[in-house]
Amino acid sequence: MKLGVLCSGGKDSLFACFRAMQKEEVACLITLFPENLESYMFHTPNLHMVPLQADAAGLPLKSFQTEGIEDAELRDLSEVLKIAVTEYGIEGVVTGALMSVYQATRIQRICKDLDLWCFNPLWYTDPVRYMNTLMASGFRVVVSGVFAEPFDESWLGRELDGTTLEILSGYARDYGITLTGEGGEYETLVLDAPFFNRKIVIQESERHYRNFRGVLSVKRASLEEK
Amino acid sequence: MILLVDPGFREGSLGYDEFVCSIAGIVERAGLPWACQHYTALNEDELRDAAGIIICGTALKDNAFLENLERFSWLRNARVPVLGVCAGMQVLCLAFGGSVRPGCEIGMTSIRITVPHQILPDPPSFMAYELHTHSCVPPHGWEILAESEICIQAIRDPERPFFGVLFHPEVRNDRVVKSFLEICEG
Repeated sequence: MKLGVLCSGGKDSLFACFRAMQKEEVACLITLFPENLESYMFHTPNLHMVPLQADAAGLPLKSFQTEGIEDAELRDLSEVLKIAVTEYGIEGVVTGALMSVYQATRIQRICKDLDLWCFNPLWYTDPVRYMNTLMASGFRVVVSGVFAEPFDESWLGRELDGTTLEILSGYARDYGITLTGEGGEYETLVLDAPFFNRKIVIQESERHYRNFRGVLSVKRASLEEK
Repeated sequence: MILLVDPGFREGSLGYDEFVCSIAGIVERAGLPWACQHYTALNEDELRDAAGIIICGTALKDNAFLENLERFSWLRNARVPVLGVCAGMQVLCLAFGGSVRPGCEIGMTSIRITVPHQILPDPPSFMAYELHTHSCVPPHGWEILAESEICIQAIRDPERPFFGVLFHPEVRNDRVVKSFLEICEG
């Protein structure tokens, strides 16, 4: 089955892509670029890195600009999926939704309307097992945004590994954040994945941080041999 | 051991991650061992060893199981509690003389309890996640435990501990699965 993967550039969508590749054929990545930074569905820091990730994976990318207004962005998603059906023959959509009923419901409805399959391979997955599998599978993931206490500026650009996972587990226990960042407490950027032919190297970035909220804005990055 | 039956279109499909693993997580958190088998590959040993059986859900477009109902003939001889979730409830209905018909719900939905039962949340109503294109007409004599505005949501066989829920309990209603597991433990 040919599938299109909704990709934000973060760990969840790219791990979902990895799972999909193990079982079906991933024909393309699909990304919506919202003009509205408060987009309900699609905003994450460093969306502009997705084309580089697609390049690294050797996958075509279907991207689409959206205003990022609640109803309009769903219409735009529907439109880009129709284009992906025509151009890449996709029969279904894969998302990295973990627990977001809001996101899953809307995408399921769009897929039903378009007669497409919809898969959410991380749906209600065990967070500890998922994070461990992510790291053990060869993903290199950095924190690209923080949006909750107690994250300080040093988290921006920090790589997820055994040590950071231990700290995140402590934060989950003491501050009630979700281990996976499902609650929007932090966002991530994937620099390498088992299905990447080349890895991403950040050459220039800026940190913007204040009061437990901040983003790592990648200004320049390139692909290098693994 | 709790046996999870995957009614997906193919063994180990992407739907397994979504609809079987999410239920398996609840069983694990309840401290019970589990095993999973695709519905086309079930054998008598697995059925005999199970303390309870959960027939899981499928992706919205995945209705291939409806064409292979003979693969569920073991249900007629099952002597342990059985819970059918979404696709699983459809299987239960069809295996015992009920039917299914078009009826789509997607997303959080209000469910009204018609007959209070330990397997469901407290009356009078609760919110549940729906993901189905078929609704069920239960087998003759089965009790209707809950309904949404458009269709029957929970049923039980009054003669055997067989239950069906059309909503997905793995989303915000894992208490339903835990209650079923308590029934399995006797």
